[in-house]
Amino acid sequence: MLSKVLTIARFTLLEAIRTRLLWIVLVILALLFLASLFVQHISVTETVRMQIGFLAATARMAAVLVLSLHLAGSMVREFNDKGVDLLLSLALPRGGYYAGKFLGFAGIAIAIAVLTALTLLPLAPSQGLLLWGASLAMELILVSALTLFCVMTFAQIMPAISFVVAFYLLARSISAVRLLSTSQLLAPSDWTNRAVARLVDTLAWLLPDLDRFASTAWLVDQSGALSTLAANALQTLVYGALLLGAGLFDLYRKNL
Amino acid sequence: MKQRRFVSVPRPVLILLGLAFAAQIAFAVIQPRPQARAELLPSPPSAAVLGAISLGDPIPLAQLTTLWLQAFDNQPGISIPFLELDYGKVEAWLQRILQLDPRGQYPLMMASQLYAQVPDEHKQRRMLAFVYREFMADPERRWPWLAHATIMAKHRLKDLPLALSYAKALSDHATGPGVPHWARQMQIFLHEDMGEYETARVLLGGLLASGSVTDPHEIHFLLERLNSLNGVEKSSHSSEN
Repeated sequence: MLSKVLTIARFTLLEAIRTRLLWIVLVILALLFLASLFVQHISVTETVRMQIGFLAATARMAAVLVLSLHLAGSMVREFNDKGVDLLLSLALPRGGYYAGKFLGFAGIAIAIAVLTALTLLPLAPSQGLLLWGASLAMELILVSALTLFCVMTFAQIMPAISFVVAFYLLARSISAVRLLSTSQLLAPSDWTNRAVARLVDTLAWLLPDLDRFASTAWLVDQSGALSTLAANALQTLVYGALLLGAGLFDLYRKNL
Repeated sequence: MKQRRFVSVPRPVLILLGLAFAAQIAFAVIQPRPQARAELLPSPPSAAVLGAISLGDPIPLAQLTTLWLQAFDNQPGISIPFLELDYGKVEAWLQRILQLDPRGQYPLMMASQLYAQVPDEHKQRRMLAFVYREFMADPERRWPWLAHATIMAKHRLKDLPLALSYAKALSDHATGPGVPHWARQMQIFLHEDMGEYETARVLLGGLLASGSVTDPHEIHFLLERLNSLNGVEKSSHSSEN
């Protein structure tokens, strides 16, 4: 069973290499690096800080988009080519197929995170970059688990990617939304304001705390800490398990 | 496509799902609530950069930025958080927001009603000066905030010359039909407060003679004030003699 899971993971990785995913990532990173040079050029002060901030934020967003698009495209193609049917007709439980796919995509996520961190290496060669890169890898692993779950559920690229993007943006901004919802200027004794704040709190419990992942401040202010990375790892483990469970639930109920 | 029944999902998957869900809720609950920290307020980007970020529609960006800025100063657990903020940065953000949405009143409300309420005279004066500068850019729309600044300067800062300069600006620049008379009459009463009865009398007489005040009750009130000013002046002259 384990060898079959690892074989599926290996072929998922091979597919990424053969579809030139890593080259696409490299080209995007190179373009973003050039754009960051422009940002540095037009900055009046803190030029390197501005460059790092711009490059880190845009590269992280690009990595999330490229990974989720590749994953959704790959899975939908496999559905359409009946590759999934073929694999599941073998002596392989659905859980094994899903785990293999997830491992493969997690490997791609780590590779993209490494390439992104290497792009920042000339600008921020520090321990902060190591922490940032590790945290980005975990964030991308969560994104791959989320996209896999969405593709299993929607079986189409457009709704799956729309959901992933909306979920990602909400998870990244939920802390800011919580701050806004508890404003003391909004008459906190008013029941509608309390209800909205409670609703936002509940929503925050259901989302991963992505705004604590790969913070740009770790690169520019060296403010990252191992304890934060450990909390990121725990969040990745917990939410990754939740997404895998949800994805498996959907896969086992699917009529192929 | 019809889905298979629940029983087709293996028990370990259901257990994993249930445990992971419970763990996520527990993890989220034990996390500290997000808190705004005053020192985290960064400097605003240039107006050109904000314009680019707005994708040609600056008003929603101005509104979002306003709410974001507001989140820095109204969190529970921080007693008087405005005081901890770097007012140079606050002022720069408020200015950028006004550049994005010049008709918006929110930044001026924040400046005069929130940021100017801190127990720090220097910061209060800074915010009032900001309101005064921005009033000059659009007096017809922004007069309420300068009127508030005038009252603050008089009662909170006890700086009558400053209050008078604001009231004079109101009287000189906010001259549209939407500006109420009381706002333009503030300088008269400030002159009176400062003991400058002659100036107050001349301004009040001029106002009544201009015919801009048409409400009979208001005319009666102002005439009463004029008479009392005349009385005060006569008594002061007789005491001098």
